[in-house]
Amino acid sequence: MSQSIHPPRSIQSYIKPKTVRPTVFWRLAEDIPKSLQTGLMIASIAIPLFLWWAVTTFGNIDPKFLPSPAAVLQAFGRLWSTRELLKDTVASLWRVGVGFLWAAFFSIPVGLLMGSFPSIRALLEPIFGLMRYMPAPAFIPLLILYLGIGEEPKIMLIFIGVFFFNSLMVMDTVKFVPKDLIEATYMLGGDRWAALTQVILPHVLPGIIDACRINLAAAWQLVIVSELIAANEGLGRRISVAGRFLRTDEIFVGLIVIGVIGLMFDLLFQYLLRVSCQWASQKR
Amino acid sequence: MFLQITHLSKHFETQQGTLVVLKDINMEIEQGEFICAVGASGSGKSTLLRQIAGLDTPTTGEVKIDGKTVTGPGPDRGMVFQHYTLYPWMNVQENTEFGLKLQGVPKPVRREQASYYLNVVGLTRFAQSLPKELSGGMKQRVAIARALASEPKVLLMDEPFGALDIHTKESMHEFMLDLWQRTGITIFMITHDVEEAVLLSNRIFALGARPGTVRKVITINLPNRSHTIKRHSIFHDYRDELMELLRKHGQEAVSAFT
Repeated sequence: MSQSIHPPRSIQSYIKPKTVRPTVFWRLAEDIPKSLQTGLMIASIAIPLFLWWAVTTFGNIDPKFLPSPAAVLQAFGRLWSTRELLKDTVASLWRVGVGFLWAAFFSIPVGLLMGSFPSIRALLEPIFGLMRYMPAPAFIPLLILYLGIGEEPKIMLIFIGVFFFNSLMVMDTVKFVPKDLIEATYMLGGDRWAALTQVILPHVLPGIIDACRINLAAAWQLVIVSELIAANEGLGRRISVAGRFLRTDEIFVGLIVIGVIGLMFDLLFQYLLRVSCQWASQKR
Repeated sequence: MFLQITHLSKHFETQQGTLVVLKDINMEIEQGEFICAVGASGSGKSTLLRQIAGLDTPTTGEVKIDGKTVTGPGPDRGMVFQHYTLYPWMNVQENTEFGLKLQGVPKPVRREQASYYLNVVGLTRFAQSLPKELSGGMKQRVAIARALASEPKVLLMDEPFGALDIHTKESMHEFMLDLWQRTGITIFMITHDVEEAVLLSNRIFALGARPGTVRKVITINLPNRSHTIKRHSIFHDYRDELMELLRKHGQEAVSAFT
């Protein structure tokens, strides 16, 4: 039965001795020291800011092309004091808020049903998959045709841009609910409704919050796009007007405000995830 | 007859044709028995348990519990799965209460009931802990408490200690024997661990593979059921008989160098 084993040849001569050397900076999928992390995070903002300052101070650059940080700060103060900036920000935030909340309100249950029931999934996934690949901005002409040039087409644009993506992403989170957990619920006396609302929903809640976080970023981009077309106020409108009059400093103000607000949304959602789903905190 | 399985077969349709996983299974189990169904992989033992649980429908034949035919899953059969199935967002107390909550038991009653069974499994101290804070053995004890809280007619266990290390496994064996003696509950457990089956059960159904059928029913009579019994020849006799049965009727042994 048992014979000794003779591989075709020895591979020892081909093998170069190799080892994983200790490192701090290049740690792969491991934590780095807190101080290093904080330092790198500061550098992430500080270095581009410094380069911007250095280029505009020492380079001979037309401020119409690239204004200095000081000039942008000045423009910020000017737009803030006339309350124009606040009005623009509020207008954009309102559009994103309404469009995104409607989209989330419909897409979360729809995505949950698609993920839970293969029948609903078969019914909706093909059309949603198709709609997802139609860029929302391409709907602008139609939306203007159907809804005019008021607030409705802008909110609808955000709705379209978020609804399909969010539905499909919520659907995907349901895949990670272990089948055993659902069967355990049946064995404990739960029906399908109980499994859906008391097991699947809480299990995918972190995934839903994460999907919403990612799609809020998309909504924030779409509101700017929608305002480039036709609007009386809004951060997108501000940038578009500033461009027309070559007020480059105001373009920068608009861009930075958009970025900072987006980042704040992101941090808010991350915080929400941490406080609402502590049980999942070690998994992500 | 408390738990009765008659002419149960299970076929699966595959691309290669019909796969017979279970063929003409017959079992008659009395109330209060501790039954182990032992088989190698491919013997369909987990499939058998799923039919008893009602998570799957037999192709032919039926399962009756206390005279009632099983038509679907339900809390009259407490189930402990091989993989941990605690709800990760609920603490131990909430997990234990959950079945009662699903069945509409009022809060004070289910709280009392869950606390009682948490005490039975020795986890009162961990009532407020989250599952991720527990060890593997503790998780399975919570799953057992959760199943028992609904006062099931039979406790079904699908290789519940397969993922545990040897020492935890031994203490779980002691725990199960103690639980069985104190509650008198009927237990039907699936395992591939022959020693586990001999130590715990009063009767063993040895399953052969492809298709899964009952090859032999062995009644275990041990003078006692402590871990030291494993050193006695009577224990070895049962173990060797079972090993031989599984070897003969199990999957063909695979060797790379024959």
